[in-house]
Amino acid sequence: MLQIRIHGRGGQGVVTAAELLSVAAFEQGRHAQAFPSFGSERTGAPVVAFCRIDEHEIRLREPILAPDVLIVQDPTLLHQVDVFQGLRPDGYVLINSKRSFDALGLADLTARFRHERLITVPATEIAQQHLGRPLPNAVLLGGFAALSGLITLDAVAHAIREKFGGRTGSKVAEANVAAAAEAYAYVQHEMEDLAHAQAD
Amino acid sequence: MLKQIEGSRAVAEAVGLCRPEVICAYPISPQTHIVEGLGELVKSGALAPCEFINVESEFAAMSVAIGASAAGARSYTATASQGLLFMAEAVYNASGLGLPIVMTVANRAIGAPINIWNDHSDSMSQRDCGWLQLFAETNQEALDLHIQAFKLGEALSMPVMVCMDGFILTHAYERVDMPDQAEVDAFLPPYTPRQVLDPADPVSIGAMVGPEAFMEVRYLAHAKQIQALDLIPQIADEFAQRFGRASGGLVRAYRCEDAHTIVVALGSVLGTIKDTADELRAGGVKVGVLGIQSFRPFPLAAVRAALQGAQRVVVLEKSFSVGLGGVVSTDVRLALSGLQLHGYTVVAGLGGRAITKASLARTLAEAVADTLPPLSFLDLDWGIVNRQLQREASMRRSGPIAENLLRDVGAVAAKVV
Repeated sequence: MLQIRIHGRGGQGVVTAAELLSVAAFEQGRHAQAFPSFGSERTGAPVVAFCRIDEHEIRLREPILAPDVLIVQDPTLLHQVDVFQGLRPDGYVLINSKRSFDALGLADLTARFRHERLITVPATEIAQQHLGRPLPNAVLLGGFAALSGLITLDAVAHAIREKFGGRTGSKVAEANVAAAAEAYAYVQHEMEDLAHAQAD
Repeated sequence: MLKQIEGSRAVAEAVGLCRPEVICAYPISPQTHIVEGLGELVKSGALAPCEFINVESEFAAMSVAIGASAAGARSYTATASQGLLFMAEAVYNASGLGLPIVMTVANRAIGAPINIWNDHSDSMSQRDCGWLQLFAETNQEALDLHIQAFKLGEALSMPVMVCMDGFILTHAYERVDMPDQAEVDAFLPPYTPRQVLDPADPVSIGAMVGPEAFMEVRYLAHAKQIQALDLIPQIADEFAQRFGRASGGLVRAYRCEDAHTIVVALGSVLGTIKDTADELRAGGVKVGVLGIQSFRPFPLAAVRAALQGAQRVVVLEKSFSVGLGGVVSTDVRLALSGLQLHGYTVVAGLGGRAITKASLARTLAEAVADTLPPLSFLDLDWGIVNRQLQREASMRRSGPIAENLLRDVGAVAAKVV
């Protein structure tokens, strides 16, 4: 079972991101369970959402304590919440930031975890460019698809269109799909750089 | 058709497939998404004919449902927590009058202290009101139980609560198999009332009944619930035949055949308990799980039959009878009267406290060793409890309890879960 924990702030679409991820996994024939942390969410407050993906029915209902994947939608949380709590040694981390892990003061993390699985992506900037709004959630899912290879960009795009295609119109959906695709390409490129750096 | 949707949306669509003619809506978390979803179905014309009535309170919601049901309409509403308490008088009236309303209770704690999270205190507070109470383990079961509830309630002319864990189920996206309209129509025929307010054939409903017949009227409500003990499994069987999956019924046993220890619970926590039981069994501990799907009527015989081969029974419940202990466990003990079994009550998950596999495994290990107290509280923070008790012992003006404890706990924002 793959367990994903998403951290962000109220208004950034944290809960929606987990839901989209579950729809993308369902699209690929998997069982998936997405749920929020059920706080009294309000704009700007720390929010957590969870997603489990498995080949079998998922019965477990506890919060995700030992995630395989962490997605951090707001880097300012790094100083407020222990987002890395319980992260598995071979886990993936995707942080929304223009800066590198070292520049974010997370150098110790790159030493403790598999550094090729730790990536930052400027999701806010990519979202701003495509949507005209700083909504990083769907963008980061594109990045996650590239980082992990565990879901496809097509499945992410399908989930975005299913969620945003109806009520708010396909323009929003297509802008998010384009932003997710850009993040996918960005992360792929970053990973190639990392691989080359390693080879050198 | 398989879908990956929110539990609330799944229930809204399933209720829509049951062709309710009146829906009374008043918002309260965590139920709100259900009536919002139904509102969309009515507004779009997908659910017609149906009156979607925005009422001014939960008391009005149940009162309007009573009026609509008495006029012969298939009636539905949903509520939770304080909303259920606020409608309590009308809840008793609905069952006392024998009106087959279906209501979702998206289970949530009752204040004070105010708390929006999940436990079973709300529906448990109405356990003696005469409504049938069915508990869902998954979102699939929640949607299936609503379809069964209309059939069951209308057959008996009694109202049915479908209880599903607030947030844990209502706000979870998971896979559900949504039946199509023709399948539901074939299973659930149009409502034929036993009593109806019809100007062409006038009757009165709601007579004052004195000592000469009040007990008999109340007994008949009990008689209906006894009939339901047969009807619930029949309807679940018919549902399984038509829809190809097991949902509902009285109780459901998991790996109980050779179990020395059986954990009894209601609702969505059953999944976490089953995963824990599998892990304990892998370590050689013979643990089984008994889910109670029908809490009212309480299936005494089925519970006894499922548990009598065990050495010990652990009732894990998200409800608490202050001054006594367990609510569900009191009923379970009644089912076990005369049997020599070790019995444990574990109160867990109140006000949304996470119930984890690790904590369950630790508690069950204590139960298996018979070192668990008869009544225990999963992951209770004794530090802040004892600090408050000391505070109260040492000074008169110890201040408000909730505020004191929150200060002792410190900032919760930094915690992940």
